[in-house]
Amino acid sequence: MSAIVGARPALRHRLAERGIDRQLLLLLPAALFVVTLFIYPFLYGVGLSFQPTRGGTLGAYREFFTDAYLRDTIFTTLRLSLPAALLNVLASVPIAYRMRGRFRAKRLLTTLLVVPITLGTVLTAQGLLNFLGPTGWFNRTLLSAGLVDAPVRLTNNYWGVFFSLVITGFPFAFLLVLSYLSGIDPSLERAAATLGAGRWQRFRRITLPLLAPGLATTFCLTFVLAFSVFPSAVLVGDPAGTTRVMSIAAYDAAYVRYDYPLASAVAVLMGLVELLVIAAVLGWRALLYTGSTAGGKG
Amino acid sequence: MSFETLRLDGVSRSFGGHEALAGLDLTIKRGEFIALLGPSGCGKSTALNCLAGLLPLTRGSIWQDGARLDVLPPERRGFGMVFQNYALFPHLSVRKNIAFGLQMRRVPRAEIRRRVDEALRLVHLEEHAGKLPGQLSGGQQQRVAIARAVVLEPALVLMDEPLSNLDAKLRLEMRTEIRRLHQSLGLTTVYVTHDQEEALSLADRLVVLRAGRVQQIGTPEQLHTEPANWHVADFMGYRNLLPLRAGPRDGTGIVVEFEGHRLTGTPVGDPAPGDEVIAGIRPEDLRIGPAGGPGVPAGSPGVAAGGPEVAAGSPEVPVGGAGVPATVEVVEYQGREVAVEARTDGGVALNLRTTDRPAIGDRITVSVEPRRLLVFPAGGAT
Repeated sequence: MSAIVGARPALRHRLAERGIDRQLLLLLPAALFVVTLFIYPFLYGVGLSFQPTRGGTLGAYREFFTDAYLRDTIFTTLRLSLPAALLNVLASVPIAYRMRGRFRAKRLLTTLLVVPITLGTVLTAQGLLNFLGPTGWFNRTLLSAGLVDAPVRLTNNYWGVFFSLVITGFPFAFLLVLSYLSGIDPSLERAAATLGAGRWQRFRRITLPLLAPGLATTFCLTFVLAFSVFPSAVLVGDPAGTTRVMSIAAYDAAYVRYDYPLASAVAVLMGLVELLVIAAVLGWRALLYTGSTAGGKG
Repeated sequence: MSFETLRLDGVSRSFGGHEALAGLDLTIKRGEFIALLGPSGCGKSTALNCLAGLLPLTRGSIWQDGARLDVLPPERRGFGMVFQNYALFPHLSVRKNIAFGLQMRRVPRAEIRRRVDEALRLVHLEEHAGKLPGQLSGGQQQRVAIARAVVLEPALVLMDEPLSNLDAKLRLEMRTEIRRLHQSLGLTTVYVTHDQEEALSLADRLVVLRAGRVQQIGTPEQLHTEPANWHVADFMGYRNLLPLRAGPRDGTGIVVEFEGHRLTGTPVGDPAPGDEVIAGIRPEDLRIGPAGGPGVPAGSPGVAAGGPEVAAGSPEVPVGGAGVPATVEVVEYQGREVAVEARTDGGVALNLRTTDRPAIGDRITVSVEPRRLLVFPAGGAT
């Protein structure tokens, strides 16, 4: 009797308690998909970057960092993607804050704000060229109003790409921030109001601290989107100069110079820079309160 | 900060054409404990939110002594509020939650510390001061919410069903706690609840609401013994509400006929003979006698049919007509007493309480004193 009580449960039972059972096999197709279409090409690329035609194992990386034309793409990309991501997040907060309640036409307004996602970068670029270009409506209005003497250059330079990143990135940021905000118990602000907190203090002391972790996550996602910008950097940017981002450098290396190892090295470095920024942001996020945003039971 | 009277003058609130609160008139004196009582959707929480300033009024006004209050935003009214879900700031420690209102009022740091310590002591949470609300139990969270509201020494404390999320035992403890705080701090409290027992035990005065309208305002005793209409009676524990037809007046009493038995009751309002009325009786006011009632001559209307319990009582006590025979169907154990559901021969279920232990299927006779049988006009509510 005591032997039975003391016996360890069957192996299968013990594994099941740790979540290992035959249902795990259902994961197999998805795992296979990820391995063949993501992990293998990724590792292949990393391997390729260490097999340059000249300069030894680290030759491609050395070339990247010694060539200023290549090296500076890091800063060019960061100069575009960091402010764009920051603006997207910061602009989303007040708009989402105003829109978290229920009101008439909320759905219509949300749709309008989110539509740019569906347009795609190329259509956005075309719109930008038509609107902000040297002969676009914007400049023609300024000129005819006598506000400027010559067209303001807003496309085919830094600003064209920046606008494009904001137009395509804002809807993502807005939707994320709106859902984070909706998750914050509205009775918290009401409680703060009865305790004497004015509008700004309620936001600053209650809502913002609870929203901050979500803002960090939102920033990371929009940053990654903006960092890998390629089409708009070419179409509305200045791909040979101020908007020569890393993805253009990688494209050049691969399809103009046919230097696949160098292109792979650029791609790997892109990933590393992104990881560094994300690690910094998430490190800051870890310092914040990230628990429940409900006010109690119920 | 404090006031002598707070006057609600025709306070009304509509939501998209639906009137959630219609013309609430109420004067609250300093130090009073007022309970707003009613079923869900009766407008009691609406009234509280209007008082707090969280909902603008559709009509009416609120006056604190001579000053008009309903035009002020919530942060400038100086009322403390305890929310149903506590609404504690999840990212702030217990101490910071309680200090929040004092910080908003720019109270000096040393005084904040002293007053928060005092509030923590008041609700017995000294050792939890550094914890986040999520680490506390429901009862502890509720105490933090109360401390956060009363630390400001507000002119008025508003409580929105603060005990509804607690389990039964804790609810009783916190109920006493709230009443104790109200007395010891000299607070003025408006308390919203749907639990009549809670309201009766806590409040100095009760306001019973139904469908946005005031049904009755009075002391617990007034509401308990003299409900103004059958809706209030329903809420005050008159579980037996029998739709009957009014008979002739009998002195100050009124005769109603129930399944061929003439019962004498006390009229509330002015039901005329022939009117449809509702007879209300508390379960504990129904008396049980053994079967055999129908056998007793109807010539002894003053005495219930020979039940030993009734017969043993004072013979001067008039009993509302002869006993009504019924069969015991359900017996619920409730400690010293049992709750019995008995069905009359006419098929009407009666709820009663007794210290006897009737068995299921027993034949009994049920009777009631005239002053314990209230006869309301069937329309009743305003």
